[in-house]
Amino acid sequence: MSASTHTGSRPASTRGPREVSRLSVVIAMVFLVALAVYFLLPVYWLVVNATKTQSDLVTSNGFWFADWALWDNLKGLFTRDDGVFIRWVLNSVLYAGIGAAVGTLLAAMAGFALAKYRFRGREAIFSVILGGVLVPATALALPLFLLFAKASQTDTIWAVFLPSIVSPFGVYLSRIFAASAVPDEIIEAARIDGATERRIFFGIAARLMAPALVTIFLFQFIAIWNNFLLPRVMLNDAKLYPLTYGLFYWQTQISRDPQLQTLVIVGSLVSVVPLIVVFLSLQRFWQAGLAAGSVK
Amino acid sequence: MSTPSATDAIETGSGDRTPARLETDPGKARQRRPWLWFLLPFLVPFVLFYLLPIGYAVYQSLFKIQRTGGLFGKSEQVFAGFAQYADVFADETFRQGVLRVLLFGIVQVPVMLGLALLTALLLDSAVARLKRFFRIAFFVPYGIPGVIAALMWAFLYSPQLSPIVSLLNDVGTAPDFLGSSLILWSMANVTTWTYTGYNMLIIFAALQALPQEIFEASRIDGAGGVRTAVSIKIPLVFPALVLTTVFSIIGTLQLFTEPVVFQTISTNVTSGYTPNMQAYAVAASNNYSFSAALSVVLAVATFILSFGFLRFTQRRGEAL
Repeated sequence: MSASTHTGSRPASTRGPREVSRLSVVIAMVFLVALAVYFLLPVYWLVVNATKTQSDLVTSNGFWFADWALWDNLKGLFTRDDGVFIRWVLNSVLYAGIGAAVGTLLAAMAGFALAKYRFRGREAIFSVILGGVLVPATALALPLFLLFAKASQTDTIWAVFLPSIVSPFGVYLSRIFAASAVPDEIIEAARIDGATERRIFFGIAARLMAPALVTIFLFQFIAIWNNFLLPRVMLNDAKLYPLTYGLFYWQTQISRDPQLQTLVIVGSLVSVVPLIVVFLSLQRFWQAGLAAGSVK
Repeated sequence: MSTPSATDAIETGSGDRTPARLETDPGKARQRRPWLWFLLPFLVPFVLFYLLPIGYAVYQSLFKIQRTGGLFGKSEQVFAGFAQYADVFADETFRQGVLRVLLFGIVQVPVMLGLALLTALLLDSAVARLKRFFRIAFFVPYGIPGVIAALMWAFLYSPQLSPIVSLLNDVGTAPDFLGSSLILWSMANVTTWTYTGYNMLIIFAALQALPQEIFEASRIDGAGGVRTAVSIKIPLVFPALVLTTVFSIIGTLQLFTEPVVFQTISTNVTSGYTPNMQAYAVAASNNYSFSAALSVVLAVATFILSFGFLRFTQRRGEAL
């Protein structure tokens, strides 16, 4: 990329310690704007082309609008194959939304236990969980399939949902965060007041850990939402597909039915928008959480 | 998910006692290990869906499918020890796949993290304007699922649909993004596009968490922006760089989504293009034990690489 342009700012910005030279601002801005174009152009392309008819997709300029067909495309998207797209949306919400919520709760409790109680084998358990962070989820998918096949549970919702709720990285993050954000004194004071351990966790600790929990939830949500290999391995029934895998399935059918091309594009746009909105609106929380995780 | 017995014990029994420390001391035996009830809900699925599959894969990989009575005879699994592993390492497709992802990683990971570090430092410095906008703009791709990112870029690479290709055609040279020589780098572009912003944010978050007093001192000493970045900021956010590198290494070795999507539009992606794709293809043809051996080798290689990197950087940190 244009990384070389930045080194040009070296003499300019070392000149004055305090005030920033005009030149270095300009160079930095050119670089940043170029990068922003690179990162946003495909998204812009997606938005523009979601509004086009199948024939305009090929014939018109890809970076500009042609005849407005967005509503027709959306109608096609939601009615195709008896509205299977809506099912995919619901499946994704179930897998990612509920999966991440459950996963966050489990990770928070485990992280809290590992940070705030002392017991034999604590570090050993933590090491094993940390090792789990390094085990790639994709390496697990095939063995998981074999196990679920043994139990005749492949091609079910559980085959995708259950493995998704385990987040070793979440435990790591919430342990770090619980250790620093939940003071021992508060726990002791609550105990003296007669609070149960459960009350202490749900009433006090979980609240103090909130930024970390939002972070864990969001990143696990994204991880499950994006998961491609697991549904590919586990699922046969198109009704159980998550959104992203459903769109991929349509993509593989394009050569048979070119009309699907527009639906894949419009479907991608529809599936991306809520994700970006959620992520941006919760930005404040997860940035604080990330900082805690990466510094220590 | 704490049990009633555990909670009752505290409410009725030890309410008036003052537990001096958080440790579970023998005097509070009636509390029945509260930590266990916090830990178990995670540990049970962790064991079932993490440790057990790993163990099962290792077990499976020690067997081999043998056909008795010729091609149409029935096949059965027999114990084969490490024979599968010898087969994996001797397998030409596997070796090529490994070399391919290594080549991919050696180029893509430094480019991506270099870009992430550079942008994070810029957005943390005084020279950049509109910082909030850029932070969001760079991060947007991460919110786009890998499959959809790959689909989008697939359209942008496609000779028929892409405005970029037609633009380049007008200029005179249109590289074949999906040709055999470029397609790997076309995929590298997709992963760089997707994850640069994410890595930037991790580094940026670490930068923002640094205490401001440090910079006062360097400013008084007359250090400029670049100087401060190189000799103060980068060493201090080193842990964040290590973290992002480890995750990138893991991601690279697991390369799967992008090549699978590209397979739908280009014949240059074979079914064994990356080790992960090969493991999937082999499993799809019902050779589970070979697939298990592949998965195990891949997981161990990932583990060694990322763990080795962690160790390596830790030792460097001590030497400093």
